[in-house]
Amino acid sequence: MCQTCGCALPDHLRPETNERDVHTVAVLEGLKAHNDAAARHNRAHFDRAGLLVVNLMSSPGAGKTRLLEATIEALGGRYRLAVIEGDLETENDARRIRAKGVPTVQITTGSACHLDATMVHRAAHALALDALDILFIENVGNLVCPASFDLGQHASVTLLSTPEGDDKPLKYPVMFRASDLVLVTKTDLLPVLDDFNVAAVAEHMRRLASTAPVLAMSSKTGPLDAWLAWLETGLAERRRRVFHPAAPGDEGLLTRPGPNHPGPSFLGNLASPEP
Amino acid sequence: MHELSLCRSLIRQASRVAAEHGAPSIRRVCLRIGPLSGVEVELMREAFPLASHDTPAEGARLEMATSPVRVHCPRCAQEAEARVNDLTCPHCGHWQTRLIGGDELLLVSVDLASASTEPLVPPS
Repeated sequence: MCQTCGCALPDHLRPETNERDVHTVAVLEGLKAHNDAAARHNRAHFDRAGLLVVNLMSSPGAGKTRLLEATIEALGGRYRLAVIEGDLETENDARRIRAKGVPTVQITTGSACHLDATMVHRAAHALALDALDILFIENVGNLVCPASFDLGQHASVTLLSTPEGDDKPLKYPVMFRASDLVLVTKTDLLPVLDDFNVAAVAEHMRRLASTAPVLAMSSKTGPLDAWLAWLETGLAERRRRVFHPAAPGDEGLLTRPGPNHPGPSFLGNLASPEP
Repeated sequence: MHELSLCRSLIRQASRVAAEHGAPSIRRVCLRIGPLSGVEVELMREAFPLASHDTPAEGARLEMATSPVRVHCPRCAQEAEARVNDLTCPHCGHWQTRLIGGDELLLVSVDLASASTEPLVPPS
């Protein structure tokens, strides 16, 4: 038995010849400090350019790319859009988006199950951010890992397709708690699914103490109105802050909500669920 | 398995602390992990030897303490322990609680081996 700490590993702390002692240093630092710093850097880039950045997350096949295609068809004429595509392999999704005439950067992660802020930083530099209104980041299809990595986005949207079942928020609480909006997709399949209840999804989100809105739609048959309105509200919010910055100490003169007093409209109370 | 990239990040941070203290190697790394951090303790345990290979943390012991999920209820002004997928107040059933613990992912401390030429740093 180890004489130093009493564990079962023999002599694992045996000092080497050039060592005198082992001492403990308190650190108390978040394990994601490196990614969080890169995400802050991304967010500063995005804020300077005045665009809205939306991180789309879901399990594989929930309809992220299809949603983007439908969104581009609806908003492409009015807003300058771009997409960063994350996939383990293939450029298939990027090709689909490019076919709609929208600039797209593909990140192939190889075996990595999520995008991180550094990957997004490299991809963002391949885009003319100043010439954009909304940038979508289509994360790797996965309801677990992407939740743990801030990319510098302004909002996270989790798609839940009806064939997956309405209890996903309870099974993947970390992911759904990190969501600013839950989008129930493939509602055109509801007539053949007897066990999916959209109201139950909202109820499960409340169980997670989340105030994120739950919207239901079909990218195929529509209507997309609520989703498009949510995006436009988000963009207006970004623009208001960029074009009318509140000077520190100037708050007494403001009639609109300043950055220290965000309005209730867009992200609700869960804009930054991570302390 | 994002635990591998988190382990790499952890080792980068721990190695920086070791370098700041002029220590040649790391003997123990202590973490605090909440169930709502999205990190599996068992996967961290498997990833750590892979990520620490050829670093000052190679051979170090990884100790992980899990912290409970705790919420504060603004309605009954109480704190309580909750479950990962039910954060409603167990006292009054109010759903708009605030999470006050259980999503931590913290590097708490590292144990460093001092080289004989270095003065011994007394534990604080």
